[in-house]
Amino acid sequence: MAAAIPAAKLELKPPPYPLDALEPNMSQNTLLFHWGKHHRSYVDNLNKQIVGTQLQGKSLEDVIVGTYNNGDLLPPFNNAAQVWNHDFFWDSMKPGGGGKPTGELLKSIERDFGSFEKFSEEFRAAAATQFGSGWAWLAFNPRPSDGKELVVLKTPNAVNPLVLGYTALLTIDVWEHAYYLDYQNRRPDYISIFMEKLVSWDAVCAKLEVAKSQAA
Amino acid sequence: MGSFSLHASCLAQPKLPWSNDCSQNLNSLKLPALQQRGPNFGSRKASKVLAFYGLKSPPYELDALEPYMSKRLMETHWGEHHHGYVEGLNKQLEKNDILYGYTLDELVKVTYNNGNPLPEFNNAAQVWNHDFFWESMQPGGGGMPELGLLQQIEKDFGSFTNFKEKFIEAALSLFGSGWVWLVLKRREKRLEVVKTSNAVNPIVWDDIPLISLDTWEHAYYQDYKNDRGKYVNAFMNHLVSWHVATVRIIRAEAFVNLGEPKIPVA
Repeated sequence: MAAAIPAAKLELKPPPYPLDALEPNMSQNTLLFHWGKHHRSYVDNLNKQIVGTQLQGKSLEDVIVGTYNNGDLLPPFNNAAQVWNHDFFWDSMKPGGGGKPTGELLKSIERDFGSFEKFSEEFRAAAATQFGSGWAWLAFNPRPSDGKELVVLKTPNAVNPLVLGYTALLTIDVWEHAYYLDYQNRRPDYISIFMEKLVSWDAVCAKLEVAKSQAA
Repeated sequence: MGSFSLHASCLAQPKLPWSNDCSQNLNSLKLPALQQRGPNFGSRKASKVLAFYGLKSPPYELDALEPYMSKRLMETHWGEHHHGYVEGLNKQLEKNDILYGYTLDELVKVTYNNGNPLPEFNNAAQVWNHDFFWESMQPGGGGMPELGLLQQIEKDFGSFTNFKEKFIEAALSLFGSGWVWLVLKRREKRLEVVKTSNAVNPIVWDDIPLISLDTWEHAYYQDYKNDRGKYVNAFMNHLVSWHVATVRIIRAEAFVNLGEPKIPVA
């Protein structure tokens, strides 16, 4: 007798580098737990929630925007957004990352923040002052009322810039599980190392190009 | 006029420790110059922060909750996080004296500001929350409450097992950072399990908490990593202090009428 074919489920995407590639700035141990346990369980729990419902088969972005429900979150939101947020976070980093962006991206940052240093300060401050669990972002606002397309935001828990209609460009996870094994309570040290050694400006650049072409 | 003004101003002065006789000429009193009577008055230690609230120690040694909550975790949780909230609060209060003079309970409620919290709320509430949390645990804890408290739990939850299930379920389903509480609701006059986010706690709604569990990741990550379930079970089975919960509900009965006073002796 043929076994029932399981309905299509979301799969856990691996980071675009081996789990030890970000050492010593983010240990393999952290990746084993952060990706292997936390991220995996968001995927598994989301599948449990949406399999057999009308959300199954929709894109992750559609599930997120649909279950955000103007802030009155429906149950799948937390898991869906956290799956997306973590995919995005791994992409925001690379081995030998950090430093400064160049070209169009740098120009845009200088235009909207005054200087790269001012942007970096604002981003670090957002990450450091997000109370409780959450994320800090560099995002692209396609319809800025003040003319500034690039914005730094901080969001609580699973919320992300998609729910505002923005395009995310860069993120740092400031849930304690993201840094506790390597930095314990020293969140500012984690943020510094992220900026100096981990950020993938290539990834940010690529995302900005896509965002600009979509807005045009 | 000279002696009259001396007398009047002498009465207005607080009794200073080095002056026994208020009738002494003020000029002969050895008062430290005003600028020396700052935050370091009475102490030689250099301190950058004016201390309004202090860091209370847990009522047991930092290794006393081993192996369910390690010394290493306590050193970080109490010594860095809890300590950091105290320092953070004191730094904020230095800025102006408008919030000066409250008890910690009062400060938490005032800064909660009916749901539109002032910047000091997060620190104040987290100081309070951690004081309360250490006291909610004891070495050799766990087990079950007895007598009056057990009866109240059975009355409001059906059974202790049912309460325990609800408490654990709340702890596992709390998303993000927060706390789980067994609370005596003042108006409803009954016990409930309540989840709060970040720094919020039941005293801001004038309710009376009996025990709490910290579910911020920093409370368990060093010992249990992502396994919050194992942490919650260790708390329920080996750490929660039903003795302290009983003391708290006895005190609460002075403010909330739960019916016939239950004196918890056999």
